[in-house]
Amino acid sequence: MAYAIGIDLGTTHCALAAVDLDLTEGDEIALSVLEIPQSTSPGQIESKKLLPSFLYLPHGGELPVGSLALPWDAAPSFAVGELARVLGQKTPLRLVSSAKSWLGHAGADRRAPILPVLRSSSTEGEADVERISPLAAQVAYLAHLRAAWNEEHEDAPIEEQDLVLTVPASFDPAARELTAEAAREAGLGHAVLLEEPQAALYSWIERSHGHWREDAKVGDVILVVDLGGGTTDFSLIAVHDVNGSLELRRVAVGDHILLGGDNMDLALAATVKQRLETEGKVLDAFQSAVLVHACRGAKEALLADGAPESVPVVVPTRGSKLVAGTIRTDVRRLDVTKLLVEGFFPSVEIGARPIARPRAALTEMGLPYAQDAAVTRHLAAFLSRQIEATVDLAGFAERAGATFLHPTAVLFNGGVLRSSLLRTRLMDALNGWLKADGAPPARVLEGADLDLAVARGAAYYAYVRRGKGVRIRGGTAKSYYVGVESATPAVPGLEPPLSALCVAPFGMEEGSEARPAKQELGLVVGEPVQFRFFESATRRDDTVGTMLDRIGDDLRELPAIGATMPAEGRVAGEVVPVRLGAAVTEVGTLRLEAFPRAGGERWKVELDVRGR
Amino acid sequence: MSETAAPGFITRLFLLSWVAFFRTLFDGEFAAGVVRLRAGLSALPPPRDEPKAKQTKPDKKTDTKTEKKRDVVLREAGPEPALQLLALLQREGRFVDFIEEDMSSFSDAEIGGAARVVHDGCKKALAEHMPLEPVRTENEGASITLEKGFDASRVRVTGNVTGDPPYRGSLAHRGWRVTEVRLPKMVEGHDAKIIAPAEVEL
Repeated sequence: MAYAIGIDLGTTHCALAAVDLDLTEGDEIALSVLEIPQSTSPGQIESKKLLPSFLYLPHGGELPVGSLALPWDAAPSFAVGELARVLGQKTPLRLVSSAKSWLGHAGADRRAPILPVLRSSSTEGEADVERISPLAAQVAYLAHLRAAWNEEHEDAPIEEQDLVLTVPASFDPAARELTAEAAREAGLGHAVLLEEPQAALYSWIERSHGHWREDAKVGDVILVVDLGGGTTDFSLIAVHDVNGSLELRRVAVGDHILLGGDNMDLALAATVKQRLETEGKVLDAFQSAVLVHACRGAKEALLADGAPESVPVVVPTRGSKLVAGTIRTDVRRLDVTKLLVEGFFPSVEIGARPIARPRAALTEMGLPYAQDAAVTRHLAAFLSRQIEATVDLAGFAERAGATFLHPTAVLFNGGVLRSSLLRTRLMDALNGWLKADGAPPARVLEGADLDLAVARGAAYYAYVRRGKGVRIRGGTAKSYYVGVESATPAVPGLEPPLSALCVAPFGMEEGSEARPAKQELGLVVGEPVQFRFFESATRRDDTVGTMLDRIGDDLRELPAIGATMPAEGRVAGEVVPVRLGAAVTEVGTLRLEAFPRAGGERWKVELDVRGR
Repeated sequence: MSETAAPGFITRLFLLSWVAFFRTLFDGEFAAGVVRLRAGLSALPPPRDEPKAKQTKPDKKTDTKTEKKRDVVLREAGPEPALQLLALLQREGRFVDFIEEDMSSFSDAEIGGAARVVHDGCKKALAEHMPLEPVRTENEGASITLEKGFDASRVRVTGNVTGDPPYRGSLAHRGWRVTEVRLPKMVEGHDAKIIAPAEVEL
């Protein structure tokens, strides 16, 4: 038995899909989604297609002995999945959630035990709660999926199958490397990485049973809008002709936007809660959590086709007296359209940009959530910035007077976009911009599975990697730069000006290496040295060695990189000139290495030196 | 639980579906009785003697026979699946809270609000763990022809039951069939009798 396996390691849910290679023939793909055993209540195990990405660290005496047992582990010290989510509703201080967002958050030490997040309002006792790192949480989810698969497929252990793991297209090199590291620690070191919007497109291709060639034509630019529970991810994929056959090329990815369906549920719940409070009905913490859940249901009902005028939302008390304490209210369609549709999908001009409020000097330690909730503004900014995304491809003539890159087709992904109202809203915004530019409207690519597409597409990609179908090309969607201090005389009170040296160009394919730049940097022997590190999503033409005199708006700073040069055969404190060379590994991560001028040595440059 | 006014009615509705549900699953004879009763006399209270007579008859027979030779083997339903389902209905739909609460002082509107919690949750629990489908897909009231050799466990004929098939009649109740049972697996030592643990907020 042999399989090609894909894992969607999501912010709110994980899923695993597999292509059975023995049963697959041509475009008829035998693809199935694994039912993942998980505790759903203490002592009870159920199998579900989705594993909620939550981890709960129970107190020693909190649960009966053995009640977290899994088929492959008699006494786990924590719960993963549905039970973790449920227990965390009532005891949030022991719940790890959004570990993936933390892994992608450059401001946090992702290897340090920082989850569950210590709240500023926390009591002294909360410091006693065991904490784990974002990395360890991701390892736990992957280890659970690995064990779940192996439990059911003794004859085909996952370690011996082709495996693909998805990451947001907007993940920076450090976050990708950390994901690969998590896979290694979970015993899945053979996994290769795939960007989620690409996985969604692969899933669409797989589901078309070979008919996708009729829906996608040369000259198409497909915009993938992936609106998940916690993140929004955009990618552009061009369809072009290479020697007479269709090729898909991913030409651009968007920024990492922490904004998703959960924000909508919270926004709606906050409004309802406020209204209840004006009526004198105060909700406790448990009821507030239930209200969010109820609002999710109301949102889905009210955003569907032929939605009723209003949907009742009922919040029971926590106690056993159900009728006596139940609070009932109505959520009107008007509320939802005003709050969610206007708030998250406002009609804006293509020139609109996300509003960035200056951050307060003392911000609470937390995730860098998007400051502007308007998905349409983020989309407008993305398309405008990527106006030149297809200039290097033959057959994509630049439209005269275009103010942004014109997509011709849209693929939706993510549970939020089950709502036809929201899909229509996004299409109306996009087609409005296209019309203003005199371009034809974009069409929707139908037939996507919004919840499981990423896992399914990842499995399909694991299959096509064996040389069995169309692949999306494109390589890295960013170019990378190291900050170099200019050799100018020091001026007291002024920071020396910083230049940026390109070390990795745009579009590096997996398994390729770039020649080291000829410019040399100094490493101090025996001491950790750090460099500032930058990326650009738009500077497509820079090559290795390109020196930018100033750090412009088109560059974004990443976590610092660094290396420690071993002192073997050298005098500690000596400065050794080195060149930096970049490679993209087969796994899909960026690797930076330092090469000294003499000898054949090379040292690894860490992409995330924080906490090392 | 008195049979007056609306609260009683709602409670009865839940109780009936509850009892019918479990016993239909775990007690074939009862299942047959329920279907018969519901099909024949949908709204009226059931005549007491008919099912009783039917139930006691075979019992007596078996009693006398056990002394010599046991040719009817009765299956004993273990309590755990029933307890698990009860726990699921409580967890998702607060079912036990609802049934155990004294309804006498509440208005129909208040009960209606809570009933939504129970209805939504129990529906979800059943859909996930015991998806149901009607035995017959025709509308109730539609005329039905039953050919010779029809499956008497799926369709119960009532009323003027005489002569040989094909039978013509009208569909009084569509019946329900569980298409799949997906109950959680339990770890060793799990006490299924705790439908919901007491909760103490620290």
